[in-house]
Amino acid sequence: MKSFKPVLLTLLVVAVYVLHQDFWNWRRATPLILGFLPIGLAYHAAYSILASVTMGVLVKFAWPKHLEDAADTGSMKDEAQTH
Amino acid sequence: MTPIIVILLYLAIIAFIGGIAYRRGKSNTEDFFLANRSVGEMVFFLSIFATNMTAFAILGSSGQAYRQGIGIYGLMASSSGLVIPLTIFLIGTRLWALGKRFGYQTQVAFFRDRWECDAIGTVIFALSAIMLVPYMIISIMGGGTVLAQISHVRGAAAPLIPYWLGCGVVAVVVTLGVFLGGMRGTVWVNILQTTLFLCFGAVAVLTIYHALPGGFGQHITELAANDKTRFLLTREKMPPQAFWSYTLIPLSSIMFPHMAMMCFSARKVTAFKRTVVLYPLAILLIWLPCVFLGVLGVAALGKVADPDGILLLMLDKYAPVWLAGLLGAGIISAVMGSDAHQVLALSTMFTKDIYQHYGGREKYGERAAVHFARAFIILVTAAAYVIALELKAKQGIFEIAVRYAFSGFAAMAPIMLAALFWKRSTKWGALAAALFTAACLVYFAVLQNFRHPGDVIWQIGHGKTALKLLFLNPRGDVSFWNGFMTVVPMVFGSAFSMVAGSLLTKAPSRATIEKYFPGAESRRASRSAGPAEEPMNPKPAPAYNNI
Repeated sequence: MKSFKPVLLTLLVVAVYVLHQDFWNWRRATPLILGFLPIGLAYHAAYSILASVTMGVLVKFAWPKHLEDAADTGSMKDEAQTH
Repeated sequence: MTPIIVILLYLAIIAFIGGIAYRRGKSNTEDFFLANRSVGEMVFFLSIFATNMTAFAILGSSGQAYRQGIGIYGLMASSSGLVIPLTIFLIGTRLWALGKRFGYQTQVAFFRDRWECDAIGTVIFALSAIMLVPYMIISIMGGGTVLAQISHVRGAAAPLIPYWLGCGVVAVVVTLGVFLGGMRGTVWVNILQTTLFLCFGAVAVLTIYHALPGGFGQHITELAANDKTRFLLTREKMPPQAFWSYTLIPLSSIMFPHMAMMCFSARKVTAFKRTVVLYPLAILLIWLPCVFLGVLGVAALGKVADPDGILLLMLDKYAPVWLAGLLGAGIISAVMGSDAHQVLALSTMFTKDIYQHYGGREKYGERAAVHFARAFIILVTAAAYVIALELKAKQGIFEIAVRYAFSGFAAMAPIMLAALFWKRSTKWGALAAALFTAACLVYFAVLQNFRHPGDVIWQIGHGKTALKLLFLNPRGDVSFWNGFMTVVPMVFGSAFSMVAGSLLTKAPSRATIEKYFPGAESRRASRSAGPAEEPMNPKPAPAYNNI
């Protein structure tokens, strides 16, 4: 299952990216969501929320924890700069 | 008069914050340029968001929505809401780790080390600076224009704050803030600025909703029923090719030098978590009201002389005068938030990548480097101010430069991706990609200025069936392959140059590959030698390039 995780997450990101191109709303003005938001605008407002959820999923399941360790390992930072 | 008082009060607060940051600062470049890599989670989010928000997000978005309709949100906002956090997640976190480990303060320093080459860093520095300076100039021009507009009292012949003074006020306040406070002052100011942007949209919508006779629904229904305005509620006049092309533009964000510096400044990598999740929501909160009110302006106000001022006009008609002041402060803060980061980034790059890199620090010491950076800030801002005054009537030139700068920075994203994730990438590949980007920028700028809308530069076939490969669209923008934007060939061409240039040249040394891809060489050696071979490094350090 572990080896499938990167594939599934990549597919998720690609799917969300593709959903941005909502050709089915291209020529539609209605229905008006909440009585005043054209469907195309409401769709992309919802898309922004979907983008946030997608990033939440990536943070949860693909967070690069190793970077904390990598930053501390064998620091070669120029000490003179911090004095 | 009230709006001006609110704005002046706001500017005084900004200068005051710069002063406090100055007292808290230390006399070393890491503190001045990166706030000692100590920026916390929430401040990091607010600051990185302010870095990317320009006046265009407030005034330009509503003006474009007034002209082109609701599609502007999908075109510029929702794609940024996905692509920018993704690049921060994939690239920003790796830059942070490299900065922590090796002490990098700029992208250029990383590129120089990564490809064992001084010249590649200098080329990328020059290209980045050339693309960033017009952006800075247009920020000052925008600030001067907005202050002049807001201070123009009805019936008066001239604004209370003329253009030259407005530009000067913005330039001086930004310079003071950055000069005194460095990165620390800039990020503190960003907290105030982003809070103002985020509040602005909601307050503007609620106020206009209460004051507008018939409510939003009635006006939008009228637009939908009218054949001449219905297109504003759809994307029927927006080419799908251009709509898709725009999804590549946000790749530029992480390549802006000021964005990379922000990534270096975070205290912990966990600061990126909240940022990438909240970023799309913050875009929604700012852009949705601005785009919606821009479209609503067509129904509520009809034809206006300056569509970019549609929000100001809506508020002037439907909101109390104090809100106009708040709006002004919001717009000015958008201008200054990004401008401050640009000024700081330019001075950081020049100080670290040129002055120090070529021996300045050894000659004059660490403290002198901060003084040098401050002198550079004054010099650059003064030059930008003078150019902003001289070329007021030619603002279009800078708008074009900025437009191409976005495509140019986006085309440099493959260089960063290769540096971080492809160990076989070489300096020649990076140089080929950088030069390809520069050549495209020059060529497209020449076409834009010397050819006319509708001109076809390259096409296959003749007549109605001809495939237009390169042409100027009716609005005068250079377009590619029946309507794609120039960013498409630039990004893919740059990626191709990177790959081809790298594969045709010698790979970086094993030591360099082991430095940036720990364990890669030992894995390769054990594979080629068989299972009995001892690995070079039995416990490799964690790698940056794992996804």
